[in-house]
Amino acid sequence: MNFDLSKTQKMLQDASRTFFQRECPIAKVRELIDSEHGHDSALWTRIAEQGWTGLTLPEEHEGLALSLVDLAVVSEEIGHCCLPSPFVATTWASSLIDSSGNAELKKTLLPSLALGESIATVALLDEDSDWNPATVTMSATSSDAGVVLSGSKRLVLDAGVADTLLVVARIQDDLVIAVVDKTASGLRMEPTPGMDLTRRYYQVDFENVSAEILASGAEAEAALKRSIQIGAIVACADLLGGMEWVLKTTVEYARSRQQFGKAIGSYQAVQHQCSDMLLMNESARSATYYAAWALHENDPAGDEAVGIAKAYCSEAARLVGNSGIQIHGGIGFTWEHDLHLYYKRAKSNEYLFGDPSHHREQLAQLIIN
Amino acid sequence: MDLNLTESELKFRDDLRAWLKENLPEKPIKAESDNDPEYWNALRDWQKQMFEGGWAGVTWPKEFGGRGATSIEAGIYMEEMAAFDAPERVGTIGEGLIGPTIMAEGSDEQKEFFLPRILNATDIWCQGFSEPNSGSDVASLATKAVLDGDDFVVNGQKIWTSYAKVADWCLLLVRTDNDAPKHKGISALLVDMKSEGVSVRPLRQMSGESAFNEMFFTNVRVPAKNLIGKLNDGWRITITTLMNERANLGSSIYIMFKNNLDKLLGRMKELKRGGIRLADDPINRQKVAQMYLELEIFKLTTNRALSKIAKNATPGPEGSILKIYWSEMNQRFVQSTMEILGDQAQLQDFDDGSWVHAYLRSRGNTIEAGTSEIQRNIIAERVLGLPRSY
Repeated sequence: MNFDLSKTQKMLQDASRTFFQRECPIAKVRELIDSEHGHDSALWTRIAEQGWTGLTLPEEHEGLALSLVDLAVVSEEIGHCCLPSPFVATTWASSLIDSSGNAELKKTLLPSLALGESIATVALLDEDSDWNPATVTMSATSSDAGVVLSGSKRLVLDAGVADTLLVVARIQDDLVIAVVDKTASGLRMEPTPGMDLTRRYYQVDFENVSAEILASGAEAEAALKRSIQIGAIVACADLLGGMEWVLKTTVEYARSRQQFGKAIGSYQAVQHQCSDMLLMNESARSATYYAAWALHENDPAGDEAVGIAKAYCSEAARLVGNSGIQIHGGIGFTWEHDLHLYYKRAKSNEYLFGDPSHHREQLAQLIIN
Repeated sequence: MDLNLTESELKFRDDLRAWLKENLPEKPIKAESDNDPEYWNALRDWQKQMFEGGWAGVTWPKEFGGRGATSIEAGIYMEEMAAFDAPERVGTIGEGLIGPTIMAEGSDEQKEFFLPRILNATDIWCQGFSEPNSGSDVASLATKAVLDGDDFVVNGQKIWTSYAKVADWCLLLVRTDNDAPKHKGISALLVDMKSEGVSVRPLRQMSGESAFNEMFFTNVRVPAKNLIGKLNDGWRITITTLMNERANLGSSIYIMFKNNLDKLLGRMKELKRGGIRLADDPINRQKVAQMYLELEIFKLTTNRALSKIAKNATPGPEGSILKIYWSEMNQRFVQSTMEILGDQAQLQDFDDGSWVHAYLRSRGNTIEAGTSEIQRNIIAERVLGLPRSY
């Protein structure tokens, strides 16, 4: 048993840390926050040149064919620098395509996603559904070319810059994943800004939109489940990187900020909060990397490992953020300080791919039934 | 990263399983009372049997009669022993704390005499650190030893000492220099508990049993050759001992809690309240899933620590993270259990009072082996590099 990253994974960690520190300092983050789409296509191209847009995709589709542990390594660095980008959306979408059995569409769609030449997203949640795809109700009708979609999807990540939308709908009882081109007629989208300034969510409306089918029935369910789990790993690692930043920044502050003639970090009321932050950070690290490993290895514990990680990291990042703000005092509550960027991102990560209550209920089903 | 067990780790596990299947006592060893001598004799026999089978002191180097197991194998060992519900091992303090201290600091004569007796259960050990006025601040201890001819003469009182009432030997911290700064005037003595002037009084815990004791030393003569390490170097030796205390514990704790969780899940499926099966109540489901996930993460962090120790050899202050984690997890765990099971859980005859006991016993978890506050100080100072607070 060896819990350490391998040599090449450590190299990837160093390379991605150096890359994002150089390419995406916090000034850049703030610049992107103020932009329309929260996306810099030149930076995206440089990320793609590293291969990270196709990290886990097969080599035949221009990917690097690396493991989910490697994906977690890069995602952690992305979370650490708080990068606004369609990384989560595209990774989710490309994993969904890759997990399907549709060889034709894999060939058409995956290489340009892997090479960073196109961007994709997944439209899952409709008015009443949650992160369990079984609750999706948006209906589709069969057509010669595939399906025709009508209805609405909410909280669609990065729809504004996506070239392709993978829309989850239903033909009677069968789940279907439809591929919608951004230029399709009958497609409308409206930004629905959330508290996370580094991410862009949209309401997307479909009015008789024609689409191809990526997968349907049991195959669609399986591919969707897998891709949501991969998305959850990305979100956990993003949370982990953010927590790491908050912890480091807070400890540095506690060392330098003086009150009553001493560093506030010499007071136990502050020290003990910092210790708890480290405890949660370390626990989140164990949970995230184990989940990435287990899912990648198709270990029988994979399903529960992902749920455990997502439930834990979501709450841990919030609590670490709470303490980070508290220890900083007034300055931590300002717009000027960067803490709130991480705090807000942690909240959107908490919901993405299922919140703690959702995952605890899933776990309860596994352990009780 | 590869979280599968290696071939040699699997072999270690399978060998141990095979041995346990063959050798585990047919009846569980249970105490009739806190001072039941047959209970302690049976536990000594069990320890001896484990030694003869090659399963005592598994992490000790082979030259000292151990098995030379890696930290990961030690984790497997703890996990399997707990999974088989093997009897308590009276040698734990000797094996886990005293033995490694003697190996690191003891004289050849001490190693030769004491180490084999620890493994074969000739000697049960206790550690005399805490005093009534020296709890978290152990270094302020006042028990005094004065050299008189070839002996130290010891006077003072120790408290919270597990195993003291049955122990043959004690690793005792004493003050040997009153004028030096408090950390620099402490020595460590190996004291025969049968010496004249040693008396032991059991302390009853709020959970009912008497697992720890007070010890009184009145003009106890300890041969000077039983000093371990150098005079006034006892504090450094103690730190080594305490670091060992926190390593390796996790794997058996995991199984212990897991067994309790399984028992709770069983109860949740059987029992109803307000016409609903406890297991179908959405709030109960949230609570039990939270317990489950916290426990699994504990196992993962334990494994990460063991994997790190396997590479770097010595346990570090990270052990404090695990100590806080499991002790506070268990307190949340027992609280959730009482909430889920409801009012019947307070009854002494419900499940033999095991929930009542677990609930009360858990309060000690954040105090014993270093309070949560001390552990947080250690993390803040030694891991995060914050200034010393006291």
